[in-house]
Amino acid sequence: MKHYLEFEKPVAELENKIEELRHLSGDDELNIADEVGRMQAKAERQLKTLYAKLTPWQKCLVARHPERPHVKDYIESLVEDFMPLAGDRLYGEDKAIVGGFGRFNGRTVVVMGQEKGSDTNSRVAHNFGMARPEGYRKAQRLMQLAQRFGVPLLTLVDTAGAYPGVGAEERGQAEAIARCMDISLQLDVPLVSVIVGEGGSGGAIALATTDEVLMLEHAIYSVISPEGCASILWRSSEQAQEAAEALKLTAQDLKALAVIDAIVPEPLGGAHRGREETIAAVGEAVEAALQRLEGQDAVSLRRNRRQKYLDMGQKGLS
Amino acid sequence: MNWITNYVRPKIRALVAPREDIPDNLWDKCTSCGHMIFHRELEELLRVCPNCGHHMRIGPERRMEVLFDDGAYEKIELPQALADPLKFRDRERYSERLKKARTKTGQQDAIRVGHGHIGSQPAVVAAFDFSFMGGSMGLAVGEGLVTAAREAARRRAALIAVPASGGARMQEGILSLMQMPRSVIAVQMVRDEGLPYIVLLTDPTTGGVSASFAMLGDVQIAEPGAVIGFAGARVIEETIRETLPPGFQRAEYLLEHGMIDMVVPRSELRETMGRLLGHLMNSPAVRGTAAQPVAAATPAEPSKVDIAAEESDQSEAATAGNKEAGKKDKEAERASDG
Repeated sequence: MKHYLEFEKPVAELENKIEELRHLSGDDELNIADEVGRMQAKAERQLKTLYAKLTPWQKCLVARHPERPHVKDYIESLVEDFMPLAGDRLYGEDKAIVGGFGRFNGRTVVVMGQEKGSDTNSRVAHNFGMARPEGYRKAQRLMQLAQRFGVPLLTLVDTAGAYPGVGAEERGQAEAIARCMDISLQLDVPLVSVIVGEGGSGGAIALATTDEVLMLEHAIYSVISPEGCASILWRSSEQAQEAAEALKLTAQDLKALAVIDAIVPEPLGGAHRGREETIAAVGEAVEAALQRLEGQDAVSLRRNRRQKYLDMGQKGLS
Repeated sequence: MNWITNYVRPKIRALVAPREDIPDNLWDKCTSCGHMIFHRELEELLRVCPNCGHHMRIGPERRMEVLFDDGAYEKIELPQALADPLKFRDRERYSERLKKARTKTGQQDAIRVGHGHIGSQPAVVAAFDFSFMGGSMGLAVGEGLVTAAREAARRRAALIAVPASGGARMQEGILSLMQMPRSVIAVQMVRDEGLPYIVLLTDPTTGGVSASFAMLGDVQIAEPGAVIGFAGARVIEETIRETLPPGFQRAEYLLEHGMIDMVVPRSELRETMGRLLGHLMNSPAVRGTAAQPVAAATPAEPSKVDIAAEESDQSEAATAGNKEAGKKDKEAERASDG
């Protein structure tokens, strides 16, 4: 059963009807084919209109869509000979962040990101993509490995945020996140990150302090979830839609604020309706970004990266 | 009965109406145990309750007086940051909230930076103002931290960050999140110069503030009882549906878990900080006689260029309200040379 979002209801009805028609066997197959064709065209038109003007809140729903490609899907398709690495060498292995060595378009890279999981078992195993300090310290290890071997670092961001728990606090969640940024800002290799789904606050920036930050067309990236923001500022999580508007968390707004460098277009009806197409588009955008960065020497990479973040906030929305 | 008691909700009324039980200015009530303390006595005790030892919050000006030798320091003017970059509006416009906070505190934003001496060692203190929108970190606070770092580098002084903040300023959206890496760069600027960076964690230090510059000190000191953590206690309780262990996220708890170096009562802060700076400011790293310091990932080079470039335009804006700074400088030189 396909998962439809609330606002996709009209499309869902049409597509269900199309399915029904297809299962009808009868004498006048030609008529049915005609009808199906017409209805498909209509569904597509509806999708196009819907997705052309998604509200920020609808984008949150799309960004969290369970069928949206997740980090493992990207790694599987884009990275050859992937060798996952495990553990922070301090406490444990956090499967919320997956990463390791692999080959991207012929070159060795370190790739990592938050994996949300795709069914109940894997979601629990990956803790829904919410990393604990162990995850961020594993990320630091991988960053250092990229540095040590002089290979580019690619991070894929998809998390509601860092995990809020007693153990996570005791083992220094805040320090682990801070140190990720600290190390990222000192690396001599090209760093590219892609916000592929949810870019949830500190849990996201820990992996996204990079030379180039790309973002999928309907992904979101925010200092706080709209629900969290609404419950604090509106004192009710029901105002999440308003909060989503106010937070300016869409790729389009973030591009205008110069917080991200490029938007990667999604296929009609969102990444969940064209997984392969989306993954390929991300691959192309990452390749282009890497090519822009690979010509630069270590000193300019670090200096430009630092300058980029020092300049953040010089530009507001008009 | 007047219109206030008739129509205004109790919570608002409490704000508007004068409190009858406590005469203003004479007595203060401990925010923890409720003990009544004569106002002047409480100030002499640096706002620490004589009954239960609770460290009440103090503002950045008082903080600097507590930390700097003889309570003397020079205020460093901060550059103006872009206000309300997102034109944010919740139940109220952010621009209105900002205006109110500015009127209430008479300050531009939630951070103040000062330069002076601690234990005769030159230091720049960047102190948060919790009373200004919960000490939240937006563009202005980020700018304050970067300015403080540049000033520390320029003056060959230690940088001491004193957070008191609930975290990022939501009303500045993603740009407040971007102050996290920005504040980390401030730390790196100081580090690149071989200068010490000390964090004094005060109540509260949470969220995006704790997850950036506030956890990266060469030495981490906290005030007793301060709440320090990444996620809010309520969020954690709701997530795990368990009650939290006693003392959770308090300074002493963090000490026990290896997250900070020491918990120091307010009355001993200046002395402790002075001793610490005595060690660090006389080190080869600061005196420029060290072999290349070992950085976390790589030795940094580019920052020197940045700082040199910034120096010229920063230095003019930097001096105001000089209090014996020149004299102190000479004293410090004597102290460190001798």
